[in-house]
Amino acid sequence: MLTYYLQLGWHSLRRNPVLTTLMIFGIALGIGATMTSLTVFHLMGSDPIPWKSDRLHYVQLDNWSPDQGYNDNGEPPDQVTYRDAQALMEAARADRQAAMFKTALPVQPENPEIKPFMALGRATYADFFPMFEPSFRYGKPWDRGQDTQHARVIVLDAKTNEKLFGGQDSTGKRVRLNDVDYTVVGVLDDWRPRVKFYDLTNGSLNGPEEFYIPYTTAIELKTRSSGNNSCWKTPDPGWEGHLNSECIWEQFWVELDSPEKLAAYRSFLDNYVTDQKKLGRFPRPLNNRLYSVTEWLEVQKVVPRDVKVQVGLSFAFLAVCLINTVGLLLAKFMRKAGEIGLRRALGASRTQLFLQHLVESGVIGLSGGLAGLVLAWGGLVAVRSLYKGYDYVAQLDWSMVLTAVGLAVLSAVLAGLFPTWRACRIAPAVQLKTQ
Amino acid sequence: MEIRPIVSALMRSKVALILIGLQIALTLAIVCNALFIINQRLALMGRPSGINEADTFAVGSLGFGAGFNVDTTIAEDLRLLRGLPGVAAATATNSLPLSNGGWSTGISLQRDQKTSTASSAIYFMDEQGLDTFGLELVAGRNFTADEVTYRHDSENQQPPAVIITEALANKLFPGQPAVGKQLYLDTDAPPNVVVGVVRRMQVPWIGFNEGGDPDSEYFSTLVPQYLAFGNFSRYVVRTEPGRRDELMKLVEAKLQAGNGARIVREARSLEDVRREGYQEHRAMTLILGGVIVSLLSITALGIVGMASFWVTQRTRQIGTRRALGATRSDILRHFLAENFLITSLGLVVGAVLTYAFNYWLITHFQAARLPLGYVAAGCLALWTLGQIAVLGPATRASKVPPAVATRSV
Repeated sequence: MLTYYLQLGWHSLRRNPVLTTLMIFGIALGIGATMTSLTVFHLMGSDPIPWKSDRLHYVQLDNWSPDQGYNDNGEPPDQVTYRDAQALMEAARADRQAAMFKTALPVQPENPEIKPFMALGRATYADFFPMFEPSFRYGKPWDRGQDTQHARVIVLDAKTNEKLFGGQDSTGKRVRLNDVDYTVVGVLDDWRPRVKFYDLTNGSLNGPEEFYIPYTTAIELKTRSSGNNSCWKTPDPGWEGHLNSECIWEQFWVELDSPEKLAAYRSFLDNYVTDQKKLGRFPRPLNNRLYSVTEWLEVQKVVPRDVKVQVGLSFAFLAVCLINTVGLLLAKFMRKAGEIGLRRALGASRTQLFLQHLVESGVIGLSGGLAGLVLAWGGLVAVRSLYKGYDYVAQLDWSMVLTAVGLAVLSAVLAGLFPTWRACRIAPAVQLKTQ
Repeated sequence: MEIRPIVSALMRSKVALILIGLQIALTLAIVCNALFIINQRLALMGRPSGINEADTFAVGSLGFGAGFNVDTTIAEDLRLLRGLPGVAAATATNSLPLSNGGWSTGISLQRDQKTSTASSAIYFMDEQGLDTFGLELVAGRNFTADEVTYRHDSENQQPPAVIITEALANKLFPGQPAVGKQLYLDTDAPPNVVVGVVRRMQVPWIGFNEGGDPDSEYFSTLVPQYLAFGNFSRYVVRTEPGRRDELMKLVEAKLQAGNGARIVREARSLEDVRREGYQEHRAMTLILGGVIVSLLSITALGIVGMASFWVTQRTRQIGTRRALGATRSDILRHFLAENFLITSLGLVVGAVLTYAFNYWLITHFQAARLPLGYVAAGCLALWTLGQIAVLGPATRASKVPPAVATRSV
């Protein structure tokens, strides 16, 4: 039965190629626009580490000026000071914890044929790797012992390993950064979270780092952060002044494996700040935060305003396209009044006719959806070339492909409901009479 | 013009009327709001940075190791740059307008002030800074060579003299000459004295807005120091007109050859910095422009489709009217007037939808209220579009011969 309806639909569509093309094109345009904006919205806003995002928490402490909050909306600063990061690392109250900061260092390859280059890196603790789970191609991360030893070890990303060692297993080899030799302990696979959720302060769409070194080593070597550094009080001069200042330039993440531990960590933070208040720090009211990954993405407004406006606009655009299709389908089905009358007179029931025409709209929807996918693919290519850094959030993924086709068929069937209903109300006798 | 037959014909196909009307309404709402956003972005991108962007480029250097001497590197690099034929002026600096990365400080007028009076971008530069950036001095004087000092991260030395922009001067000292006045970049240090005022220099952060003051995007303070933090240094070079690209390559090579213990980072023209800084706004205008064009095409095609359908459906009525004495132009006018009526109804609904959409943007995205002129322009555009779209089918209708009426009734 379905094949017969499909056949009828196909015939009917071929009879008015212009009208049919117009309808398919309309749906395709609407679906293409909606899918393009929705894909970016979905990929930017979706959970980057779904299997453990509720266990990873970002620590925020309000060490800001008594006279002026860090944010107008009352949210505490988005990074922490060196002093607090140190205190929290030493307390080690979470299952895992890692302080970290962004740094830029010159790489001086041994091979004179490779020109020295600047690399962006992250100074962090051993726990970073089991917390965020980048996969390793060679070797493994350094361990907590090497953190305390200020070991001169390094983890490279796949690209830097390719550049320096031609992609070979480089564990045990030496890399010179800023006149200091490090031993490679591990090389990452291609690891690319869509959103760099562990450091939203310094570019949420930036890629991961080219190298990772122990935080303790970086501090020993007086390495400054190359990321955002904000102060409300002028720091004392010199390196010690920098470390003891109220300037914020580090991120601090903890992994807490149960709600009880989360609650315990919350009260630990409150106690810590209360203790610090006795020492004359933290002049503002208690205002700590311990957001999970998804909450943190939300608070930091990772999905830009423009993307949300584009989603809103594209749905309004889709609505216009659908109304257009309803109108055209209506015109088409009404023109078929004679044929419908004939089929009714020959014994086809209303239900059968209704199904037949729904199948016909479905065929239009399916074709429109498939054409829309091609347009969405083109739209995403355009988005990638218009926006720098959107390479990983403007990619068609399977869930979006299915959504596109589903949405197209559904909307075409919905658009076809009214015209179909109108068409089936035709009284056979009247139609046959005018023939 | 007889309106009665049009209205009665329309009332016979209410659904089609609603569909076309709704489509026009939504189109008006989207087009007006999209156009409004586009114009706002164009205005944002059109604001002057106050600097010479055409002939300037920036280049950076990062030295190796703890033994690297930034002070001598800066001095030698500047000597080298200034000696190159084709270079008009060069300075060391920390940041660039529109580059989205820089240094900002709250400025106070009194030492015991609790909150700062204004927050300002800080640009470090030497006595050639004004000339290099192409800044226009409107009051006071430029820095002198002996005022320029080095600033290391081991000290918190404040310069005695600073230059501020006109916007900042108006904010700090409204109605008074700023030259000779004191301000505090650091309330724990001695005050700084304003020695000059420049017309305009945009801050590095695009869309920077302090307390809703649109002028705050031009709150910049120029400080006569060489910033020698870590092993970084950064230079801006202004070349003789037309020689920028040729000198960018040359400067990179010369700097690298002059000192091997460092990386010379790729030179970037200030025009590139602008392009990259505004990329998301440019993208938004292009995307919205695309939406407007496709939407208008879809709506126009929809009108053509529906009008053609009506013409086919009413062929017999048209024939009858022609037989009863209506002229061809009567029929043509009938369809044009019908479209005008439908469009107008749609536009009334559309005006309401436009402001509903605008309200959503205001409440969720801090947008501004849409000026009425956009709705007026949108209506005019859609009326015209409707008339053009319906012209084809209407002409076809007017060619229906009266004889059709006598057939098959």
